[in-house]
Amino acid sequence: MSGPAASVRAVDLGIEASGLTKRYKDVVALDGVDLAVPRGTVLGLLGPNGAGKTTTVRVLTTLLQPDGGSARVAGVDVVGDPAGVRSRIGLSGQYAAVDEYLTGYENLEMVGRLYHLGRRRSRDRARELLDQFGLGDAANRPAKTYSGGMRRRLDLAGALVADPEVIFLDEPTTGLDPRARLDMWEVIASLVAGGTTLLLTTQYLEEADRLADEIVVIDHGRVIAQGTSSQLKSQIGGERVELTVRDGAQVEQAVAALADLATGETGSDVASRSVVVPVTGGAPALAEALRRLAEAGVDLEDVGLRRPTLDEVFLTLTGHASTGDDRPDRGGQGRTTAGGDR
Amino acid sequence: MSLATTLTDGAIVARRNLIKIKRVPELLVFTTLSPIMFVLLFAYVFGGAIAGGDPQQYREFLMAGIFAQTVIFGATTTGAGLADDVQKGIIDRFRSLPMAPSAVLTGRTLSDVINNVIVLVVMSLTGLLVGWRIHTSVGEALAGYLLLLLFAYAISWVMAWVGLLIPSVEVLNQASFIVIFPLTFLANTFVPLQSLPGPLEAFAEWNPVSAITQAARELFGNTALVAPSDAWPLQHPALYTLIWTVIILAVFVPLTNLQYRRAASR
Repeated sequence: MSGPAASVRAVDLGIEASGLTKRYKDVVALDGVDLAVPRGTVLGLLGPNGAGKTTTVRVLTTLLQPDGGSARVAGVDVVGDPAGVRSRIGLSGQYAAVDEYLTGYENLEMVGRLYHLGRRRSRDRARELLDQFGLGDAANRPAKTYSGGMRRRLDLAGALVADPEVIFLDEPTTGLDPRARLDMWEVIASLVAGGTTLLLTTQYLEEADRLADEIVVIDHGRVIAQGTSSQLKSQIGGERVELTVRDGAQVEQAVAALADLATGETGSDVASRSVVVPVTGGAPALAEALRRLAEAGVDLEDVGLRRPTLDEVFLTLTGHASTGDDRPDRGGQGRTTAGGDR
Repeated sequence: MSLATTLTDGAIVARRNLIKIKRVPELLVFTTLSPIMFVLLFAYVFGGAIAGGDPQQYREFLMAGIFAQTVIFGATTTGAGLADDVQKGIIDRFRSLPMAPSAVLTGRTLSDVINNVIVLVVMSLTGLLVGWRIHTSVGEALAGYLLLLLFAYAISWVMAWVGLLIPSVEVLNQASFIVIFPLTFLANTFVPLQSLPGPLEAFAEWNPVSAITQAARELFGNTALVAPSDAWPLQHPALYTLIWTVIILAVFVPLTNLQYRRAASR
């Protein structure tokens, strides 16, 4: 565990977890989760309700003791030195945890004081963040009057007050309308550009695809896949060239021309004049297919390289869809999909 | 964590709770209206019947009882506030901050003492209006108020524990009503002890609510209507109250801190 090699490694990683387990009575919430998030990168923790996402975040943010395994956040052991971890992280939980009777400014100033930033810096930081998050005009209104999106932004701002080394965002856009979600994505993307280490949980595949450098898919408290979004997509295969010919009579010709390229069974349908050829290698495979089709004199109406969506990836990996599952995430309490604005 | 940090953090949390009183003044209005209502109802409805037809004497007798009942009920604010924070996920935010872990609880209980001070002032003024008077020295009167606040402070740690255990404001309010209401009635708060049937009288003699009420009556000089009791707690009401206060704090401060560390927002 100790020794120079281990500490060098720990410094490189913003978040490091190995073999985390947590059990609630008869429910296994975490069943040996391993994570390694290099500093300055974004990890998307993707999974359905009850997969163990929130439990993972709660362990990494010192809110919950794991039954087994170990984890370091910003190089500090979460079990051995929880206070050290807390001074280096920012957490924005599943619900906008803002005090609705305090104004936006009072909320952030209080968080700053509790990070022990001192009176003056807490004030400056609160004003700075309110402006940065487009809440400057609402700064002196009680948070009760804020919209769902504004509350979420305020909550996120709370996680940033102390310029933490590592930020945890647990389902930051759950319950937001599409417009507010887009705003939130922009805010998060700007954080990422600033070089913060970020762990983001989400049940929205598009969100992980868009914001995360690397995605870890988690289900039943276990990591079932990881990689970049395109790695995940190619890991399960499913990349294919889809084309439509102008003349149904040329379908066979096209199938023959691409036979060498196919990595699996080619599908064709004369009535719809379409051919689907499974391939690997992405764009170069498409270029090669086009060259061969031109050589064979096939007249194309439409052609394209199709990749599986993350939804398809998810379905393949877990055997069930990404949403609509009710298993409790912690202690028998499952949230409904894309649930209420709490 | 240094003591200074712990105190500062507690004060920051207490300030946060007090801002709510400023933002939602209705809350304070209703928490003070119901005791005012009690003062008026008991003074004018029961006054003639209970004290052998001397309403003025009954009002003197009544005030300490209503003070005790009200500050004890005030403790539910502590529980409800914490339950609300757990429900809304604010406890998660606090627990992820490098603040003193005890600050949320000390801050909460501290702001509720201030809440109780305001309520006691309003009730005392109402009492003065209906003819209640303090017949003792300023020092004794202050000691009376202080004892009430101290006992209420202990009870608010009990409610803090309950609030973390049952993080539902509605359930908490119902449950605490069922316990606190009989506890504050099976005592010398509103009727003389001697009027209670035997077993209830014995219970009421040892009920700490009787002791705090008796102590306040003595310190305010409102004992004209009180028949002396042989029960030890009522012969040493202030001491008996302090013993309860110490025991409750010794048990519930650690228990509540433990529960806080386990609290899971949902």
